[in-house]
Amino acid sequence: MRRIAPILALLLFAACATDATPTTTTVDSATTTPATQPAPGSIGPASGFPLTVMADNGEVTIEKRPEAIVSLSPTATEMLFAVGAGDQVIAVDDQSDFPTGVPTSDLSGFTPNLEAILSYQPDLVILSFEPADSPVSEGLAATGVSTLVLDGAQTLDDVYGQIEVIGKATGNQEAATALNLAMQAEIDEIVSDTASSGQGLTYYHELDPSFFTATSETFIGQIYSLLGLVNIADQADTEGIGYPQLSAEYIVSQDPDLIFLADADFGESAETLAERPGWGGMTALDDGAVVELDGDIASRWGPRIVNFLATVADAVKTHASAA
Amino acid sequence: MSQTSTPTLIAPARPGRPALGIAVAVLGVAVLGGLLVGPARIDVGGAIAALYDAIPGFESAHGLTEVEQRVLFDIRLPRVVMGALVGAVLALAGAAYQGVFRNPLADPYLLGVAAGAGLGATLAFAWTGNEALVAPLALAGGLAAVVVTYTLGRSVGGRTATSLILAGVAVAAFATALQTYVLQRHVESIREVYSWILGRLVTVGWVNVLALLPYAVVAGAVLVAARRLLDVLGLGDEEAIALGLNVTRVRWVVVTAATLATAAAVSVSGLIGFVGIIVPHTIRILFGWSYRVIVPLSVLFGAAFLVIADLAARTLVAPGELPIGVVTAFFGAPFFLIVLRSLRRAS
Repeated sequence: MRRIAPILALLLFAACATDATPTTTTVDSATTTPATQPAPGSIGPASGFPLTVMADNGEVTIEKRPEAIVSLSPTATEMLFAVGAGDQVIAVDDQSDFPTGVPTSDLSGFTPNLEAILSYQPDLVILSFEPADSPVSEGLAATGVSTLVLDGAQTLDDVYGQIEVIGKATGNQEAATALNLAMQAEIDEIVSDTASSGQGLTYYHELDPSFFTATSETFIGQIYSLLGLVNIADQADTEGIGYPQLSAEYIVSQDPDLIFLADADFGESAETLAERPGWGGMTALDDGAVVELDGDIASRWGPRIVNFLATVADAVKTHASAA
Repeated sequence: MSQTSTPTLIAPARPGRPALGIAVAVLGVAVLGGLLVGPARIDVGGAIAALYDAIPGFESAHGLTEVEQRVLFDIRLPRVVMGALVGAVLALAGAAYQGVFRNPLADPYLLGVAAGAGLGATLAFAWTGNEALVAPLALAGGLAAVVVTYTLGRSVGGRTATSLILAGVAVAAFATALQTYVLQRHVESIREVYSWILGRLVTVGWVNVLALLPYAVVAGAVLVAARRLLDVLGLGDEEAIALGLNVTRVRWVVVTAATLATAAAVSVSGLIGFVGIIVPHTIRILFGWSYRVIVPLSVLFGAAFLVIADLAARTLVAPGELPIGVVTAFFGAPFFLIVLRSLRRAS
């Protein structure tokens, strides 16, 4: 067991990163500056380079408007293109696949390789994950390349904050602010549209078939909370990590009203759930309230959280009209 | 043969009544605890009545809801049975390896068997994505690893047991490196492999129990039948050969059976460490050094140990889960030290 421990640690990160689940471990939060995002009022002159931004790796200075950006985070890629910085991006990692046409490369976001990144001659690199034993940002800093580490968001405010940072760092600050306002408006509309039909409904958000899930403390759970849904996993998160593993008998005995499958891309569905030992006959299965989510949308803390919320809202409304 | 060949220093010849009684009682308590305790908080009286009611020919009003019955019979019962089966097999395999290699540190991990099985399973996930191939490829990987370990150990160090263990370490490191490489090349399968490696008693059902049962029964029968030969091997290769034992053949049969059992257990339950070391050693300290005692008691105590460890895994942070491998190490190691110290003080 001891021999495979280092691999397990690697796998844990990689497995989480596969679906771009935030992996803010306790170590990270203890050693990095909290994601102090600049408040909209405190931002310097628009596109006035050089400028500094606050990322999770501290204060980062950007000398001039970046024209050769490498993104090693699918979420950052989505943010870059959403704020209009798409033209400035020269390469994105192998997991980045949205929007269509992004310059996907064979760069890895899980095992970032310094030389491979530098071969693109970037002037800005954005990461969401750094292996603890090889901090790429330090290597990039040593070669004079500005690097932003933007950890997995914990709250919706983190999402808006990261969009601001990416907007400012790429000289697209106004577009970023506009994007945030538009997202907030859309979210408000979906929430008011759904009214109270979600109040008090219980749900289970499945990350993988061994019952890892996300609590209300995560940005994922906060999406559901906006609609008044109650997460069955909240009591389980004794360590406050936000991503506990539940036991099957707990899920079955809690019998949630709605089940959301973020692992539908991996073959899970209402049918496979019904085949699990003891799951047949659960309320959500009988009511047809099992929702297959797009695993990317439901795990990236980018602009598409609005689509995620819309999917959840649709499920809530369907459930309400069926009842 | 063994009656005349095993000298008087090995005693008693088979587990005494008290030892067997204790083992059965501990297993019974563990199984009952595993069935009655869990995050679903089923009424204990009702659960006992429902279990009694489930025995053909017996009837009892239990008053459990339909959901509670599903939790009890479809989730808890197969999980407890699987835990018992895996624990029995791992402890048995550990005892067998220790006997064959005359090395108290030998276990499925040190010999590279677990790493080989892990590599096989990883290849199944990465190359085929076919869940049905995981078990056979894990078996193949485990057997391949032990064959390489054995061949390597013999070519390097002749017949000494230590060279085998060293070879096992090298093979395990190599298999682990290959596994890491394959994973890096197939990022999309990391999730499956990861949840498999950490142990999957979490999602176990009757299907998995039935998949493991034949391997466990065959390997278990072979190893229990070979327990006397392990005592003879314990005298040393030269002595055993002098006594007319075909050492090479016995070693092969025992190692193959133990590897089959380990790989089968690993392929359904993931990598669960420590059972193969802790259980046989505790039995040795408490009940004696003959494999005629250790082998059968390993089955019972191994089963009980893993059922208890799994109970802890799903109740300590309930309604969350701890990886069972963490629990076996966390409870196994201190427990072993306590037994060791208390006995040293007593003597």
